[in-house]
Amino acid sequence: MFEKMILQRRDIIIAALAVAGVLVSQPSVAEDTSSPGDATWNSLKGDVFGQRPIGNDGGIISIEAPKRAEDAAIVPVDLRFNTAKDQRIKAVTLIVDENPAPVAAVFKFGPDAGVTHLATRLRVNAYSYVRAIAETEDGKLHMTQAFVKASGGCSAPATKNADEAMANLGKMKLRVFSSKTLSSTSMTRVTDMQLMIRHPNNSGLQMDQVTRYYIPAHFIQGLTVSQGDRLIMSMEGGISISEDPNFRFEFDAKPGEDIKVEAADTEGKKFENEWPVATSSL
Amino acid sequence: MIRANRRDFLKVAAFCSLCGTGAAYAKTGAAGALPVKQIADGVFAFAGVPAMMNGGNRGEICNLGFVIGEDAVAVIDSGGSVAEGRALIDAIRARTDRPIRYLINTHMHPDHIFGNGAFDAEKVTIVGHRNLRRALESRGDYYLESYRSSMGAELMQDIRIVLPTRLVAAVEELDVGKRKLTLQSWKPAHTDNDLTVFDQKTKVLFTGDLCFAEHLPTLDGSLLGWVGQLDMLRAIEASMAVPGHGPVPSPWPDALERQKRYFDVLIGDVRKAIREGVPMMEAVKTAGESERGNWQLFDDYNQRNATAAYAELEWQ
Ligand SMILES: [Zn+2]
Ligand SMILES: [Zn+2]
Repeated sequence: MFEKMILQRRDIIIAALAVAGVLVSQPSVAEDTSSPGDATWNSLKGDVFGQRPIGNDGGIISIEAPKRAEDAAIVPVDLRFNTAKDQRIKAVTLIVDENPAPVAAVFKFGPDAGVTHLATRLRVNAYSYVRAIAETEDGKLHMTQAFVKASGGCSAPATKNADEAMANLGKMKLRVFSSKTLSSTSMTRVTDMQLMIRHPNNSGLQMDQVTRYYIPAHFIQGLTVSQGDRLIMSMEGGISISEDPNFRFEFDAKPGEDIKVEAADTEGKKFENEWPVATSSL
Repeated sequence: MIRANRRDFLKVAAFCSLCGTGAAYAKTGAAGALPVKQIADGVFAFAGVPAMMNGGNRGEICNLGFVIGEDAVAVIDSGGSVAEGRALIDAIRARTDRPIRYLINTHMHPDHIFGNGAFDAEKVTIVGHRNLRRALESRGDYYLESYRSSMGAELMQDIRIVLPTRLVAAVEELDVGKRKLTLQSWKPAHTDNDLTVFDQKTKVLFTGDLCFAEHLPTLDGSLLGWVGQLDMLRAIEASMAVPGHGPVPSPWPDALERQKRYFDVLIGDVRKAIREGVPMMEAVKTAGESERGNWQLFDDYNQRNATAAYAELEWQ
């Protein structure tokens, strides 16, 4: 219930940003291809974080993204969190400055999830900063960013294979990799997992050329990953997450407890799946 | 709402500058007929330059052509700008005064369809794959926006997304007067809207971008779908091919071999990376790398192909 309320509030913000983003970002696409500076960010950060001060990353969070986006529809982004610091990271907001809806996702982490690494894939419509803002338990914000040159062209941010995308809607896949990192507690083991969900994650900003109406957006807006009763992470998503949303993350897993995933999209469809995680793979 | 207003404003701006471009076109128009060559009886084709679309090459990077029947002309792809489309019409008019009845779009990519607007006055039926309309509806605005910086405002101001009016569900024939063309819609491969054109009289096959020769193939549909249909494509008994990119004409089906090998290498490399848990960002830096020496534009497209291949193959 609590999650749901947050989702709705966030929807409004994302929707509002979609409108603001169009105004802000359009001119920069056509013009200069060099780094656009912080103008866009300065104009949108108040909408996302209000008046809260945003500090530098302070070694708490780091981001890696390709300097040139080979496929603008699938730009891999890697986030690493330093849990050696006293401050646990509660949430991370992922932002693509120049996208029509800049807030790509807000991730929240369970109190004992121990998430140290999170990778996902984004749509990047133009030359843009991709930012990650971590919120630590003391309520402070820490920002890191990477500049991505989206090459544009052939791979428009639209579904490559539209029929297949709809035919497999909501299908999930979970992979578990072995991790060499040591866990913070003796009860858990650091586990490297990849969650994949089939979904077109349509942006809805595409116009029907005949009717001149926008094709309605259809995307995953909420996602939770839990193990047993423990929340690992939740995500409130926007349209800047790539088609077939994909998350690879490292966390402290309890051997023998099932991984459960619940997702919901903008058409009200719910997708659920559960996987037993063999002790041997942890 | 806001975008719609802005678009209206752009239209007005384009209208105001029409006189200027009209004069410029009249100046270059006569001498600017696209240099097409006759590759078979009544079949003409133009070889695009192996490059990315830009203002300097007017977007003239893909191969295109036309077939003259006893009653009418069918055009295969309109090129990467209205300027190229007009030059193509000039090339047609230098050879026949028969009406241009059909403009066939082999697929959605800008280098093949940005010239559609040049055919407005010709009253053509624009023909495409059953998915072409949907594909252009969802990408058209993005294409117009994303090519503005590389193509330049002058070329872009004439370019509009002109949708197909006749869609091909599977296989259909077009009659241009004692001459029939076979149009075939393919399952997702290079894109999810690939269409081939076969002239029954001379057995010339226009492959669209289902075949790339010398120019690295680009992937924007389904790699496995593409590979899975290569045998069916190869089985077409053509005398020669006009590939989407590469030499005009190219020998058939030999033109497919190098492309097949590239796909095999790419699939092998990407599958290995996925199996070993190598993340996408790392895997795409090396996948397909051993094919580098065999292709033009390798650096422009290989990592993009590897990215798309990874996203597709990890679902297997
Ligand atoms: Zn092409
Ligand atoms: Zn193409």
